[in-house]
Amino acid sequence: MDIIITGLLLGGTYALIAFGLNMQYGVARIMNLANGEFLVLGALAAFWIFVADSISPILTMLIVAPLAFFGNWVIYKALLMPLVRRAKNKGQLEVDSILATFGMSFALVGIMVSIHGEYFTYSYLAEPFEIVGETFALNRIVAFCFAVLIGVALWLWLFFTRPGMAMRAVSVSTEASGLVGINVQKMSALAFALGGAVTTMGGTLISTFITLDASVGVIFTMKALIIIIMGGVGDIRGAIVAALILGLVETTVARLIDPGLTLAAAYAIFVLVLLFRPQGLFGRKPT
Amino acid sequence: MLKRLFKAAAIATSASFLAVAAQAADVIKIGQVAPKSGPLAGGAAVTQWPNVELWSKQVNAAGGLNVGGKKMMVEIIEYDDKTNPGEHIKAAQRLAEVDKVDFIIAPYGTGFNLAAAPIYAKYNYPHIGVSAISDKMPELTARYDNLFFTLGNTTSFTDSVIDILKDMRDAGTIGNRVAMGNVADAFGIELAEAARPKIKEAGFDIVYDKSYPLGTPDLSPIIKGAKDSNPDAFVAWSYPPDTFGLTEQAIIQDLNVKMYYTAVATCFPAFKGKFGSKIEGVFGAGGVNQESSKIQEYFKAHKEITGKEADGWASANTYVSMQILGQAIEGAGTLDRKTVTQYIKDNTFDTIMGPISFENQISNKYWTVGQWQDGKFRGVKSSQMDGAAPIVAKDGWN
Repeated sequence: MDIIITGLLLGGTYALIAFGLNMQYGVARIMNLANGEFLVLGALAAFWIFVADSISPILTMLIVAPLAFFGNWVIYKALLMPLVRRAKNKGQLEVDSILATFGMSFALVGIMVSIHGEYFTYSYLAEPFEIVGETFALNRIVAFCFAVLIGVALWLWLFFTRPGMAMRAVSVSTEASGLVGINVQKMSALAFALGGAVTTMGGTLISTFITLDASVGVIFTMKALIIIIMGGVGDIRGAIVAALILGLVETTVARLIDPGLTLAAAYAIFVLVLLFRPQGLFGRKPT
Repeated sequence: MLKRLFKAAAIATSASFLAVAAQAADVIKIGQVAPKSGPLAGGAAVTQWPNVELWSKQVNAAGGLNVGGKKMMVEIIEYDDKTNPGEHIKAAQRLAEVDKVDFIIAPYGTGFNLAAAPIYAKYNYPHIGVSAISDKMPELTARYDNLFFTLGNTTSFTDSVIDILKDMRDAGTIGNRVAMGNVADAFGIELAEAARPKIKEAGFDIVYDKSYPLGTPDLSPIIKGAKDSNPDAFVAWSYPPDTFGLTEQAIIQDLNVKMYYTAVATCFPAFKGKFGSKIEGVFGAGGVNQESSKIQEYFKAHKEITGKEADGWASANTYVSMQILGQAIEGAGTLDRKTVTQYIKDNTFDTIMGPISFENQISNKYWTVGQWQDGKFRGVKSSQMDGAAPIVAKDGWN
């Protein structure tokens, strides 16, 4: 029981890391290597505001989300739109966006180092919380609840609203959805901005229990990549399932076998999924 | 008209060139390559960079260094090694060949000091290593004539922790059950491997002994596993992010041990900032003599000039390494690097940590373990340092 709950909590954290990139890569087709840096940016905001004014990171999250949405929208329109326009096919856009966002990640690291080069560490809700006789960290539970909230909201929006359906259509095929009258560029910009906002929100939540620093973003980008490739690019359900599997497997291995093998176990699962379902758990087979 | 203008401009430029040349002669250029980004940047931002700023500002405020009767200002040339040894070597080469710096300040991190030793040796820079802990020091100093070590070796760090365990067992505070964890990285593995046989030899039972990968997002399995083994003492050979993570979980899970030790970054001001009074009695690598007036003065200047608090360990050692360099340049009265290196070998230096001299290019005066007592990180175990505070037992996480 203890292992299952700890694993679910960790899975929630992973889901927060992966939601944003899933939208950005799945719908807007931008392989955003600066995704982790946006997450760290959210963490930096939470840390900074908490240390200066002891304002709750949850409140910071609500302030940061619209800012990140707007910021990412501007980035998409100003920096990535030219790449989208000139790209002749999906492959070229991927390569171009990887290069552009890789550069952007350096710029963001530089900015964050100049703001605060040390560790972003503070204590928020680092209190014990008991579930069925076992003790868990309250801040992780809060983050998990928000992960569920964000995940459910995204799922409802994507599967039960018109813009959501349009977004899923773009994720399936940009050409076809353009043909049926969907404004592909607008949808892509929206997906990118939304993805950025979700990632940044994840950062503010994660900063309450993981010590981050300005340069740590790339680790989160990698984790997010593994999760969305495992789950199937562009499918929010896949990201959730993959994140939970990863969380459960890592925790089980850490508790029952050896904490030193968590990474190995995570990559073993990743390889297995790629071997037997190369398109990811919820991915569609390329036609 | 145009011609005259050009002429005037030409004269003006050459004049300014002359001025620069004249100025350059009065400046000692000192190079520093250390991480501003990458995994070690967070630590360097606490321990390394503020001291570079502090020392250079203090030297220049005092009118510079006296080199053979001539006052010379110091100019620091900084490069970011991105926590990448390859980048470090490139930047070091650039310092020597392009910037032609007179001296260097040692890199940050054990691996970087070792990786960069050959290149600094090639250019004869006196290399006063600080944040480098290894048992290979005698071999290295034998190979590199210009290399010095000041922060101690692996064995003394693990031995001091075991001494504390023994002291506490002798006093009846703890029993024989020790839980141990380490980060699966060169530093953590080396310390854990050095400690494991010695802890057993001292008659303790290691009831939990696991490693975890660097950057593990959830350390609660380690603390829960350790707690289940019902230990009297918990020792983790940890790095900054996991030092914070383990301690947070230990508080949440109420890991009730009388002796709790985490290694690097336990002495950071941010550690206290995060946990406040809960860390009373926590042991960590390092230490400092909080009662020393010189150290207090240094802490005050550190806060005033850099706006940051010094840590309770290598901050002071890092500053000391620059004091030694400055005093050696003044004492040798020249910018000749070989002469200055020889001067460092032959003399004793008056530093904020007391007099320091080198034996086979290694200084044996350093702190090994400190403990948070009344909100201050006090040195409790050392090699040849005065002013060790008596150890206290940890009494819960309040």
